[in-house]
Amino acid sequence: MTAPAEFTTLIGGVFAILVVATGVGQVLKSRMGPDNDVVENLIARINAWWGMVVLLALAMLGGQAGVVILFALLSFAGLREFLTLTAKRRADHWALVVSFFVILPVQYALIWADWYGMFSVFIPVYAFLLLPIVVAVHGDTDGYLTRVAETQWGLMICVFAASHVPALLSLNIPGYEGKNVLLVAFLVVVVQLSDVLQYVWGKLIGRHKIAPRLSPSKTWEGFLGGILSASAVGAGLWWMTPFSPFEAAGLALVITLMGFFGGLVMSAIKRDKGVKDWGHLIAGHGGFIDRLDSVVFSAPIFFHLTRYFWSVA
Amino acid sequence: MLRKALPLLAGNAISLFARVVTAVRGVWQGVEPVSRQRIYFANHSSNGDFVLIWTVLPPTLRARTRPVAGSDYWLSGKLKTFIGREVFNAVLIDRNPETRRDDPISQMAEALDDGASLILFPEGTRNTTDETLLPFKPGLFHLAQARPDVELVPTWIDNLTSVMPKGKVIPVPLLCSVTFGDPLDVVENEDKAAFLARAQAALVTLAEEVTR
Repeated sequence: MTAPAEFTTLIGGVFAILVVATGVGQVLKSRMGPDNDVVENLIARINAWWGMVVLLALAMLGGQAGVVILFALLSFAGLREFLTLTAKRRADHWALVVSFFVILPVQYALIWADWYGMFSVFIPVYAFLLLPIVVAVHGDTDGYLTRVAETQWGLMICVFAASHVPALLSLNIPGYEGKNVLLVAFLVVVVQLSDVLQYVWGKLIGRHKIAPRLSPSKTWEGFLGGILSASAVGAGLWWMTPFSPFEAAGLALVITLMGFFGGLVMSAIKRDKGVKDWGHLIAGHGGFIDRLDSVVFSAPIFFHLTRYFWSVA
Repeated sequence: MLRKALPLLAGNAISLFARVVTAVRGVWQGVEPVSRQRIYFANHSSNGDFVLIWTVLPPTLRARTRPVAGSDYWLSGKLKTFIGREVFNAVLIDRNPETRRDDPISQMAEALDDGASLILFPEGTRNTTDETLLPFKPGLFHLAQARPDVELVPTWIDNLTSVMPKGKVIPVPLLCSVTFGDPLDVVENEDKAAFLARAQAALVTLAEEVTR
């Protein structure tokens, strides 16, 4: 597939930002000395961003296949982190095997096949009725509801919600044919930029904590500054979407709000389970879910809003 | 050439598979990964246990670290024999005193005398209960008495029970870790029961630190 012209512009912009960030990181390193932990973490984060951007860009160049495969792998990595922390017993073995090796691949196959009627009910209806049965026939009732519910929520977050990112490619928007991959780019750029901007605003002027017990680093100043500036950037990216600047701003606002609350919900789960990060595989960022939490909460909402108001069946 | 390359290749393939499934990570909490002669004594819940320890060891240490395993299991069938003998170079112990010809302690001591480090599962068999550990068998005590200069490192393998419970064939891909704790102090004239209780307590404490 040939990438739309807008894609090249966007990637150019993102690369420019990363080049600047890398430069700033190196300057800080030479000023503060090589042993500064904050700078070390910043540089690790920026390097990981390079990896993520290159991976995402390659997937998008691969068109639908690339994006579906990338998100199937991300779902796998996320589900692995999530189910590592959930309650489980020997009797859950088959339910877990089915989750990883049947439900996840089938969900992504349905996305690939553009079968909207099925991929939107497969997990919340079929998987959610099948899994409790698989667990129940093993007869172990200790913590039954907790075990089943936690496994199902892992599927909901890491597979169902995440799969709505590649599902954007199946939308049929008049006058926007062949450009759907830009919807994925719009969603991911706005959400991730919002995370970064909330962090930056919070570091610069953050005073009043929103939920100190959940996440000590989230402040009202960071929240408002991040949400508003990311929405403004979203509006400025209207040229790559089927939306007007005003509509792009509104959708970006919804995306960033959902992203913020997604992060908050996932922090609550981490607190409950007594861990700081979901995993350890992305240097400076923790696990895959630590990076994806805001995307998975905003993706289904962005998908449905776009589908109802812009797409024809 | 092929006789040497094949086990090495198979070992790397098994290690890679373990990494893909569990993304296993080694946590060197009480000791550093340096070349010193050690007995890593660990909890045992799955056949993959020593594979995980082996995987997180740096290659130079890996080459000189041998798991201690039951010959009844590892010598049943050609593939298992190849993996046990050639790939992991296991010290194979006959767990049945009736048929036993070599003394397990002298087998292990001999391996130590050759310069190897050992991976030992003092529970003797796989733990399928809800308890953290099964009671330790006396082997660790006798070995520590026979070779007091070897460092005893408690090693906790986290989460592999859920990945592949005993009797299951398909692994569930969940994250695992291997944590190496503080070496056991040597206490002079300690009796068997006291030593085993201390070794067991060290591993339980480590487990509690890992799982919180």
